[in-house]
Amino acid sequence: MSDHSKSSPLKTYFSVWIALLVGTFVTYEAAFIDLGRFNAVVALTIATIKALIVALFFMHLRHAHERLLKLVVIATIFFLFILIALSMADYATRT
Amino acid sequence: MPDSTVVGLHHEEEHHPELLHHFAEPEQQRDAASFGMWIFLGTEVMFFGGLFLAYLIYRRLYFGDFGAASSSIKAGLGAANTAVLICSSLTVVLAIWGAQTARRSLMIGSLILTMLFGLTFLGIKGIEYKEKFDEHHVPGASFSFDHVPIPGHPDQYANPRHAEIFFALYFIMTGLHALHMIVGLGIFTWLLIMAWKGRFTPEYHTPLEIGGLYWHFVDIIWIYLFPLLYLIDRHR
Repeated sequence: MSDHSKSSPLKTYFSVWIALLVGTFVTYEAAFIDLGRFNAVVALTIATIKALIVALFFMHLRHAHERLLKLVVIATIFFLFILIALSMADYATRT
Repeated sequence: MPDSTVVGLHHEEEHHPELLHHFAEPEQQRDAASFGMWIFLGTEVMFFGGLFLAYLIYRRLYFGDFGAASSSIKAGLGAANTAVLICSSLTVVLAIWGAQTARRSLMIGSLILTMLFGLTFLGIKGIEYKEKFDEHHVPGASFSFDHVPIPGHPDQYANPRHAEIFFALYFIMTGLHALHMIVGLGIFTWLLIMAWKGRFTPEYHTPLEIGGLYWHFVDIIWIYLFPLLYLIDRHR
């Protein structure tokens, strides 16, 4: 998975590292600004972007070529979605 | 197919010593190992997913109380720990890159740094837990969260029973995460010993990659735990 490109991946790794640190800083600072309902949206959006770049670049999902592996990742996200979306559809609509 | 060294291993007489007999080629063996790890991580997502769901349900119900309870934790410690874990994830990929490019000291140094970052994380977590114990914010008989105003409503106090639910979730989720960190440190101790013995080469370093996947996954869980537990309603 790692040896698809002959060029050094170090630049990517350090860029991702900086991006993750910046994301953490922005998350922290944004939490103290009143954005109303959007405080949670901003925090979760940044967290999801951070999780994505960790998975794509550090966990090498970007270079993953096996279809089975992609199936596992998509199935995981799908079942997590089912768990949270359907449960919240119940709890959030109770009167 | 990766590179010429691996292709060269196809002759049955001279196959790689780490290639197990039930795999046709190293590539297949590595893909199988990484596939298995991803399946395990899938089960881990569902494992933590139930806790995230419980958190979401109670956060919706008792948002003000959760805000008050969350604000009693030092956000700076959580942010520092996030940065520590991100640095440890960097050293993990550096260790793997060191193995791929036959840089032994980089690989071993990065593994040691990863473990030091992991221990730093647990140390900061310990400081945080101790404060919570001192403040009687640990759910149980001595729990107390009286007369803590709800953020944005200085005239209203948080309901201690609801705040206790927050702290229960806080301790279960961060505790389970810390347990994963301890397991990760165990795995990395083993990886360090293997690396020290020279078991990892540019052709074979699958355990490093698999252990790395686990470490990054634990990092991803923390990336979500940090804003959800430490930063509720901080702006008031």
